[in-house]
Amino acid sequence: MAKEMKLACNVVEQVEAICDKHGNRPGELINILHEAQNMHGYLPEEMQRIIARKLNIPASKVYGVVTFYSFFTMTPKGKHSISVCLGTACYVRGSEKLLEEIKRVLNIEVGETTPDGKFSLDCLRCVGACGLAPVVTIGEKVYGRLESKDVKKILDEVAAND
Amino acid sequence: MEEKNMITLTIDKHEVTVPAGTMLLDAAKTVGISIPTLCHIDLKGTCVQNMPASCRICVVEIEGRRNLAPACATRVTPGMVVHTNSARVIRARKTVAELILSDHPNDCLTCPKCSDCELQRLVMRFNIRTMPYNNGEQSVRKQELTPAITRNMEKCVYCRRCESVCNNVQSVGVLSAIRRGFNTTIAPTFDKMFSDTNCTYCGQCVAVCPVGALTERDYTDRLMDDLSDPDKVVIAQPAPAVRFALGEEFGMPAGTIVTGKMATALRDLGFDYAFDTDFGADLTIMEEGAEILHRLKKFLAGDKDVKLPIMTSCCPAWVNFYEHEFPDLLEYPSSAKSPAQMFGAIAKTYWAEKMGIPREKIVCVSIMPCLAKKYEAEREEFKVDGNPDVDYSISTRELGRLIKRANIDFVNLPDSEFDSPLGESTGAAAIFGITGGVMEAALRTVYEVYTGKTLPHIDFNDVRGFEGIKEATIDLNGFELKVCVAHTLSNARKVMDALRAGKLNYHVVEVMACPGGCIGGAGQPYHHGNIEILKARAAAVYREDEGKALRKSHENPDIQKLYKEFLGEPMSEKAHHLLHTHYSDKSIK
Repeated sequence: MAKEMKLACNVVEQVEAICDKHGNRPGELINILHEAQNMHGYLPEEMQRIIARKLNIPASKVYGVVTFYSFFTMTPKGKHSISVCLGTACYVRGSEKLLEEIKRVLNIEVGETTPDGKFSLDCLRCVGACGLAPVVTIGEKVYGRLESKDVKKILDEVAAND
Repeated sequence: MEEKNMITLTIDKHEVTVPAGTMLLDAAKTVGISIPTLCHIDLKGTCVQNMPASCRICVVEIEGRRNLAPACATRVTPGMVVHTNSARVIRARKTVAELILSDHPNDCLTCPKCSDCELQRLVMRFNIRTMPYNNGEQSVRKQELTPAITRNMEKCVYCRRCESVCNNVQSVGVLSAIRRGFNTTIAPTFDKMFSDTNCTYCGQCVAVCPVGALTERDYTDRLMDDLSDPDKVVIAQPAPAVRFALGEEFGMPAGTIVTGKMATALRDLGFDYAFDTDFGADLTIMEEGAEILHRLKKFLAGDKDVKLPIMTSCCPAWVNFYEHEFPDLLEYPSSAKSPAQMFGAIAKTYWAEKMGIPREKIVCVSIMPCLAKKYEAEREEFKVDGNPDVDYSISTRELGRLIKRANIDFVNLPDSEFDSPLGESTGAAAIFGITGGVMEAALRTVYEVYTGKTLPHIDFNDVRGFEGIKEATIDLNGFELKVCVAHTLSNARKVMDALRAGKLNYHVVEVMACPGGCIGGAGQPYHHGNIEILKARAAAVYREDEGKALRKSHENPDIQKLYKEFLGEPMSEKAHHLLHTHYSDKSIK
């Protein structure tokens, strides 16, 4: 396994400050994880160890919570976060094919990030735009009524606009 | 006053009166009704407990309630009418068991837990003959082989007993449930291997696992090979606690002392010499006792830098614990090796020279109530040019299996004595395997050496019993020696935290990682949550001690001879080289 990068000093301080703000109470773990992920984008092992130490709970417990909730992630998100809706409406209108196509074009699996850090891929259930099914969101932007053939073009455009 | 706190209810056809707060499961037991359980464990009088009420095997029907209730987590109420064996109850339990089986490998025939598995017992009890839900996908989970523990999570039934003991009893906190749904598993920190975490290999997770998910690393095949190799001299050293539990593997009642049968069985298995770790235990007292006296004398002479309390160092899980978590306090534990490692060091030097057998030809096998001993034997500092002092360690259970495999009729074996000279021992060594025992053995010697007087009362009752942390004060010619005994690592942590905070006022501290000490070790026959088994073993320990002609380590004639012929005196240069060790910071940063 690749050795994890050390967190920068200021990141360590920020995480510790988040824990302090919540009184280092074990009951605040989920709130702390939320804020830490908001700040850093993801929750690497070292960050979980810092939180465990501050809250005086085993690191295994922190990891248990992080892996239980799908919102938390241990992999850094790409600059552009792609979410494919697999809710009922999108699913019946072929969002699985879209997902396969995105996986093929970017050569990553769900939950992964491209090596250049540009794109990360996730699935979700319903963004409330069922009328536009099948729906994919990239960053804040919603793409509706997509077909597999549109995927490459859209991804190229997003990448080109960087 | 008494009656106010008692509650009367009806369970099946019995009227039952029990104290308020009693769970239905325990209330039913008082009238001989044994409700089946799986996730639940409660080793009463110790902190070994797991009561998540998650498996629902113990459901019962309560009149006036719509749903079935888990007996393990439902408290009695006045006038409650409970049915523990109605058709509805029995059908529900059976379905629950069938659902558990639907995500279980069902390779019972070759499972290491076969015939000792709590799930298998339920299947027999519920008369399950088909597996109606077994056509689906099964989850694929991690398998791991550490020096001490084998992990096969495909067999896990999510009772979370292992997680409870790892966190609550041992405070090590390595195990936790991770992920969710079908991907749930119980895993070491960050889903790593045990060996990459601060796991101490205490093995209490194995001791409570109801199925074959967590078991010991099995060395019996390797031992069979060595026993049949004519070029090797294979010597056995069973630990003090083994002889009080081995009989259980053959259906003998808990607490049966099988010392003599075990010695015979070891020879029948083909061991060239049946020695005894008890010899190593007496030797440990000589060295550790001398170290206690050495530090005490310095302390009394006004030396401010002397490290007190001195702590025992026999328990390998405890050693791992302080190396992982208290690297700033490594000067406190005694430098004395454990009895098993002292035995190995002496066997492969003193005895080997005496017999004219080269070290490499000797295979020293320890038989231990413990799984951490398997790891301890592999530690680099216990090897000479790559050759270990103790080649490997097998558990009490493994010895039982080996004896059965060799078609030895254990129950009807005649008694025999251990071989000389590494087989002689005193009552002080016999009690090494129980919480408070190492302390008591040390006190018997320290008292007599320090005061020059004979002990008026040889039994130190204050350090006996299953209380988590025990204290005692001993009068040494006017000096009040304060001692403390802790068992389970969560109690040890309390002691260490107090030491770190500068709030610990003892001179000597004993720690054993397992509940009850080695008699409750992870290599012992499974207790399945029955505290009576541990109590019976404890009573046997003190019976064996009382039956010994010699009950103080320094009176062991073969130990005296060993010092005269070979070591000189306790803590001599030679003794230091062979019988003492050092510790290192193994904390995970």
